[in-house]
Amino acid sequence: MRVAASFEIEFLQYLDPDGRLVVELPADAPPKEEILALFRQMLFLRTFDGKAVALQRTGKLGTYAPCLGHEATQVGIGAAMRPEDVLAPSYREYGAQILRGVQLREILMYWGGDERGNDYVNEPARHDFPWAVPIATQCLHAAGAALAFKLRGEQRVAVTCCGDGGSSKTDTYAAINAAGAYTLPFVQCIINNGWAISVPRSAQTGAQTLAQKGLAGGLHCLQVDGNDLFAVLEGMRRAMVRARSGEGGSVIEFLTYRLHDHTTADDARRYRDDAEVKEAWTRDPMTRLRSWLTAQGLWDEAQEKDWIAECTRLVDVEINAYLETKTQPPETMFDFLYADLPPDILDQRAQLLAREGRA
Amino acid sequence: MKAAVDKDARPAADAGTAKPITLIEAVTQALAHEMRNDESVVVLGEDVGVNGGVFRATAGLQAQFGPMRVLDTPLDETTIAGLTVGMAAMGMKPVAEAQFDGFVYPMLDHIICHAARFRTRTRGRLTCPMVLRVPWGGGIRAPEHHSEANEALFTNVPGLRVVLPSSPARAYGLLLAAIREPDPVIYYEPKRIYRQYKELVPDDGEALPLDVCYVLRDGGDVTLVTWGAQVKETLEAAEQLAAEGISAEVIDVATLKPLDFATIAESVAKTGRCVIVHEAPRTAGFGAEIAARLAEQSMYDLVAPVERVTGFDAHMPLFRLEMKYMPAVEQIVAAAKRTLATS
Repeated sequence: MRVAASFEIEFLQYLDPDGRLVVELPADAPPKEEILALFRQMLFLRTFDGKAVALQRTGKLGTYAPCLGHEATQVGIGAAMRPEDVLAPSYREYGAQILRGVQLREILMYWGGDERGNDYVNEPARHDFPWAVPIATQCLHAAGAALAFKLRGEQRVAVTCCGDGGSSKTDTYAAINAAGAYTLPFVQCIINNGWAISVPRSAQTGAQTLAQKGLAGGLHCLQVDGNDLFAVLEGMRRAMVRARSGEGGSVIEFLTYRLHDHTTADDARRYRDDAEVKEAWTRDPMTRLRSWLTAQGLWDEAQEKDWIAECTRLVDVEINAYLETKTQPPETMFDFLYADLPPDILDQRAQLLAREGRA
Repeated sequence: MKAAVDKDARPAADAGTAKPITLIEAVTQALAHEMRNDESVVVLGEDVGVNGGVFRATAGLQAQFGPMRVLDTPLDETTIAGLTVGMAAMGMKPVAEAQFDGFVYPMLDHIICHAARFRTRTRGRLTCPMVLRVPWGGGIRAPEHHSEANEALFTNVPGLRVVLPSSPARAYGLLLAAIREPDPVIYYEPKRIYRQYKELVPDDGEALPLDVCYVLRDGGDVTLVTWGAQVKETLEAAEQLAAEGISAEVIDVATLKPLDFATIAESVAKTGRCVIVHEAPRTAGFGAEIAARLAEQSMYDLVAPVERVTGFDAHMPLFRLEMKYMPAVEQIVAAAKRTLATS
């Protein structure tokens, strides 16, 4: 047989679910203190996520997309980026966004029905893309950003995230293809959490891995254990180095699990076995990193208790700031339509003010 | 808002050096001017590079500005739209080409969900200063899906501008304005009149105002409102009406969204009659919006029902029948006469 092309997809895992090293840590792994800081960040994220769900359950937040179980993937992606890079998230990657300066109150404002949640105040998030709900459209925006960086000769990388469901979209394929055609500094993160609302990964595609979707566009492809922070960091490090040195784009599939419902408007018990979820909890990203850090003598129960208390305090400050945020005046629905509101639409703004008795 | 003066009759300052040009050459001239003027302007689309565009709108641009400013894209409209949005959000000014009007549909997600609302949904943190050029309409004996008048799709989208020039001078001036606009512009080009006639369009970098109608002919008996390639038939109709002693005012809407309704209302206040002419299908075509506004705001100025002369609520036929689909001069004349018969 003559072979036109062949491929293999590398899989990265360093920590097993019990926190034991399965292979030696990569030479470029960050120092232990940094890993500890990222673990604390993961705990902070989980604390926030739980409280956000509680806010929705008590009627103080709109529909919210929880990130329970995605902590290692999200924090690892954020940690691998430099300030000058740009992130184009879907609507769940708070862990990466918080590292880039997005405030918890902004996350809550967005899901709480206030556009100002997308007006990230802090750098470098200020130049990042906002949440993108239509599924995978952000992948092409990231490719466009990467194209802008390349045309301007800037050493910046565009990183984008979609889910296993999002990897079925035209836009994801198109972004991968464009990144290959133009050799762009682009990283497509496919966060495979097993479920696209009620449709399992097995029903999305016949492909063996989602990582290999990058092959058709000529990108470098990698699958990593998304519940292993070391694997996430190493996969991202390789992709960022490639992108920054002009070698082109990468697709990384992160294997993780959606431990919560799709959103607070969803009830996964309708379509998902409890046994599957129970099994998934044994692969929880927190457990394995906690075990490893404990074995290294870097973490113990007392520290965890203190840190969670501190996280709770920090999150409550943000929640209070969110709850105290006054609703925007209704005319703001007009005020950002155009740089200057055309007279044609000015009339409608006046009608709204009249309806409000403020004409 | 006052209607802008028609700029077709420009001062012939450099008439000695410049040659009259067609509408499509005016597009090229505007692109080249703004690429010289502003480094952040890039042109992208299918076949816009070495080939210079299937209509030649980007002819010579890649040779002049290089492949980093004039980019051929993979053959995918979704890609073109998505890249354009991403580049614009990062501070570039991409001018993308949709090769034909019938190919804009895969772009809608990016134009509607993102380009049009970037400013609003980020409270002004990110914007989308892009232009999507779309060769528009029928009448060039093209294959299926190459002859669509789908401008009304975009006029229903908040945050967009929809522009449709109808002369070389307006094509030049309005494209410059569109590129300089800090918000997204859908810039339709009436391909049937790409090469209809030439006029002197000095390359002076002077933009024409967006968001205003252009009064192409003054008249007191009836107002004819149109845009795009139908400006040709409408002006001819006005000429025929004049021969019969009827004085028609002709308004080229030019920017459909946002609409300069004041200019139309002012004209109708004078004439009391209005005929709206467009190539697109009738139902929910943009003429319906103008007719509705006349009913709301100009009811007591009207002395006759508003007439619409439009394409049919049928698919644009393949080219043997395409001219049977589109509004013709005699229909416009007849509609104008009906409005006069009522009084």
